[in-house]
Amino acid sequence: MTRLLVLALAPIACASLCSAAQAHEMVYGGKLLLTRGVTQVEGAGGGGLAAWSLVTGNETEDGVGASAFATDVRLPDYELRDYGAAIGLFDQFEFSYAHQDFDTGGTGALLGLGAGFTFSQDIFGAKVRVLGDAVYDQNSWLPQIAVGLQYKHNNQNAIIHAIGGRGDDGVDYYVAATKILLDQSLVLSGAARVTKANQFGILGFGGDRNNDYKAEFEGSAAYMVSDRLVLGAEYRTKPDNLGFAREDDASDVFAAFAVTHNLSITAAYADLGDIATLKDQHGFYLSLQAGF
Amino acid sequence: MAQDATPPGEQPVAPYTQSNANAGATPLTDTRTFEAFHGVEGIRRIVNDTIDRSAADPRIAEIFISHDLLRIKRTLSEQICYVLGGPCTYTGRDMATAHRDLGVQTRDFNILVEHLREAMSRERVPFPAQNRLLAILAPMHRDVVAR
Repeated sequence: MTRLLVLALAPIACASLCSAAQAHEMVYGGKLLLTRGVTQVEGAGGGGLAAWSLVTGNETEDGVGASAFATDVRLPDYELRDYGAAIGLFDQFEFSYAHQDFDTGGTGALLGLGAGFTFSQDIFGAKVRVLGDAVYDQNSWLPQIAVGLQYKHNNQNAIIHAIGGRGDDGVDYYVAATKILLDQSLVLSGAARVTKANQFGILGFGGDRNNDYKAEFEGSAAYMVSDRLVLGAEYRTKPDNLGFAREDDASDVFAAFAVTHNLSITAAYADLGDIATLKDQHGFYLSLQAGF
Repeated sequence: MAQDATPPGEQPVAPYTQSNANAGATPLTDTRTFEAFHGVEGIRRIVNDTIDRSAADPRIAEIFISHDLLRIKRTLSEQICYVLGGPCTYTGRDMATAHRDLGVQTRDFNILVEHLREAMSRERVPFPAQNRLLAILAPMHRDVVAR
């Protein structure tokens, strides 16, 4: 209840929370390796495709932290470049920004958009942890639960409307539950996301086929090989709002490696299905994340 | 159970009631994790290494200053042996009492966990077995860390 109240009053409560923590003295760093997660494509702490309930940054409940990331996904007919940064407050609140460039390269000419045509998107995210502790609650079935939202704004309004999309911006809302089953060396996470985004928002929001919010699922399952190396797979369902091209679910297999407390590398093979009529878009995903 | 006399080399502590319940966890019934830790001797090596490195770590050394490291090593070894299902009795205090007024923060707790990880790796305890112990110790966070 207290946490829900904090959620509702987050902007106002921040000042008093900050001073409460300062009364003890601010502590920087302190999270266990990899327990800040890596950064998912839209900038939230998570896996690669899926948002998790873990809060980014190395801070504990006694301090503030931050992270920055850069991700590159090479697909047969496109390339996605993605970078951003986030802050974590008291291991409870996360605020993130990400910028995505979806470069159609030579494919742009084929689609009538012009060679090198690029859809760009800015994503502002917020997440708040409401219940549970993924790391310490090892004697309970309760996962760590967080709620979040992502406001996305795309720069190609005219093209979006030309292909049947209904808007160049939108908000996704999600609730994520993440559990580390330490005695099994497993990390499990699932999230429900309500969204109108086409291809994460790269092709806009809503469409001629469907213009309502849809509830979608995204999840990750991973095995901890060591305290530095985690291997896993992810799945994410997506709406199919546009009449001109079918949209598929996305999946990946990944390896995340903590080089140090401050640097993680994630290498994945991602399958994004068909994108804008071009079939079987799968390829290598590489992401670097720095955390403080 | 009444408290035994102070073991040799240790400083006397205020009297308290000894009980395995003070260990703060139900022991594993299967002994494969205890064996992966190389039994009582392996656990003792891991604990000595963990405490020595923690007490020498400038980030958390302050917590160990003026504490009886011999007693900490003995009781922590007993506790780990007991919760892993080994043939040990835990004679220390419960976690909340033992850490009262130490001002331990989550970061300090995690630094000790990382020294424990390294010590377990040096003892060549396989990673899944390390995780089975850490899964038992993790919930103690709420009693160890000052609120």
